[in-house]
Amino acid sequence: MLADGSQPGSNGNEQAPVRPEAKIFHHSFAATPIAVRTALRTALARFLRQLSPDEAGTLELVLAEVLNNIVEHGYGETGHGTISLSLVRDHRGLSCSISDDGVELPPSCLARSVDDTHRPEPENLPEGGFGWFLIHDLVEDLGYHRANGRNLLAFRLPLPPVQVK
Amino acid sequence: MNLYAEARSGALVVSVKEERLDAAIAIRFKDRMREVTMQPAQRVVLDLSEVEFLDSSGLGAVVAVMKALAPERQLELAGLRPNVEKVFRLTRMDSVFSLHEDVDAALRKGLRHVG
Repeated sequence: MLADGSQPGSNGNEQAPVRPEAKIFHHSFAATPIAVRTALRTALARFLRQLSPDEAGTLELVLAEVLNNIVEHGYGETGHGTISLSLVRDHRGLSCSISDDGVELPPSCLARSVDDTHRPEPENLPEGGFGWFLIHDLVEDLGYHRANGRNLLAFRLPLPPVQVK
Repeated sequence: MNLYAEARSGALVVSVKEERLDAAIAIRFKDRMREVTMQPAQRVVLDLSEVEFLDSSGLGAVVAVMKALAPERQLELAGLRPNVEKVFRLTRMDSVFSLHEDVDAALRKGLRHVG
């Protein structure tokens, strides 16, 4: 049985194709700045081989803005909560969805119209308010849904199509 | 929050000894910078060459330090890595800071201006 090169212990699995690594990354963590750091590190490590350094930097920045926003504003009042992050590579990029049980996201954060009228002006030396502009600049198909006290934010980080070898 | 400060060529050079300047340490960074920049120096050069990641909270903290030093003193930035430089560029804050390739370039430029 071993003469054809099959491995011992593989009984019943001979027909299974080489299993690609799971495509979905899922991580739930406490809504704290330090746990966000760990989540970013874990997510980046998972997708690093599929991304250029520039794309990896963009992914980390976008996720940091979204996640820290939930920590600061979504759970800011209560001071604790949980965030769930899911990432999956598809043909057009990296689909990201983030859910939490914090307060509702103000509609102004999502309005594409805020883009230039309320964009922080460098000349005024703003110390904040950049987060949502960075998110809008860097992602596509940004959507938000709230149901049963739960926020769901989804968007895609555009990436070149996967190279098929 | 690890910062290292030294006087060089009439400038106070402050090196950020952290891989990340993000929401987790932005407030401590501002506080430490306030202490460190108490020593007199006309120019303050912030060396970011060890910082691999900066988010909008880190950017806001750098802007706050610049405003705290103004108008008497200027905050200049040196050694921005690509992913850090990108945040300055996307927010157009690269237009309000003097950016230098590294600390030596920043100090050379200062000398030229004085001479």
